[in-house]
Amino acid sequence: MSVLFYISAAVAIAGSLMMVTRRNAMHGLVNLIVAFLAIACVFWTLGAPFVAALQIVVYAGAILVLFVFAMMILNLKPEAGRQGSIVEWIIPGILVATLLAQVIFVLTGICDLQVPGKQIVVGPEAVGESLFTVYALGAEIASVLLMAGLAAAFHYGAFSGQGGEDE
Amino acid sequence: MNNVPVIHALIFAGALFAIGALGVIVRRNLVFVLMSIELMLIAASVAFIAAAAKWNQADGQVFYIFIVVTAAAEVAVGLSLLLRIHHTFKSVDSDDVSLLREEGER
Repeated sequence: MSVLFYISAAVAIAGSLMMVTRRNAMHGLVNLIVAFLAIACVFWTLGAPFVAALQIVVYAGAILVLFVFAMMILNLKPEAGRQGSIVEWIIPGILVATLLAQVIFVLTGICDLQVPGKQIVVGPEAVGESLFTVYALGAEIASVLLMAGLAAAFHYGAFSGQGGEDE
Repeated sequence: MNNVPVIHALIFAGALFAIGALGVIVRRNLVFVLMSIELMLIAASVAFIAAAAKWNQADGQVFYIFIVVTAAAEVAVGLSLLLRIHHTFKSVDSDDVSLLREEGER
């Protein structure tokens, strides 16, 4: 089980690094889909099979496919978006690596996190029960947010006689 | 069943977030900026799932659903803004989107 976690985590990090460094947007998108499928495996090894299914169906299946459709509409050249030399990666890379090192330093100080605990699979029943009782207000707010996103996408997408683009 | 320590999952989430932040800072293509933001949202949800696995509670998975809803709304608005920018500027380069800049400063 833990071996599966480390393999999927390595695939996810490699996929996201490939995504960040690609020139062609469609290649980056496919790499991101691979990374998200690997993250679904990570969720499954962490005892959350419902979230793993949601990750594949909603994230890799719906949201990233929406990206694919937008990319088809945009019809970008592979070189679209100027990108300078490798030099401009260095300073942001140092900044981000410093932040990550700080996070790891703080986390390693908490010895409670380092012992592997007994893992119980939390299934969809518990999630649904919690979502619609304890977090019922949050579910309502989330639905209002989706409505607002739909309205905004319709507003921005409906320009100059062309068809709107929304979910 | 031997399991991974929670700290490894949290470090994994931190690494994903760092890669996403690097993409947002470095890339000028707005498509890549949007995809990097997606990666950062997913990194946050990995941290939530790791915490849920630590305490064997369903709350972390509920918050994953909220993050997915936020990401869906963000993608819908972001992609329609991207199409609008492409229509107006004939480019998806973030350096070309500079209408707020004062005249003569270019």
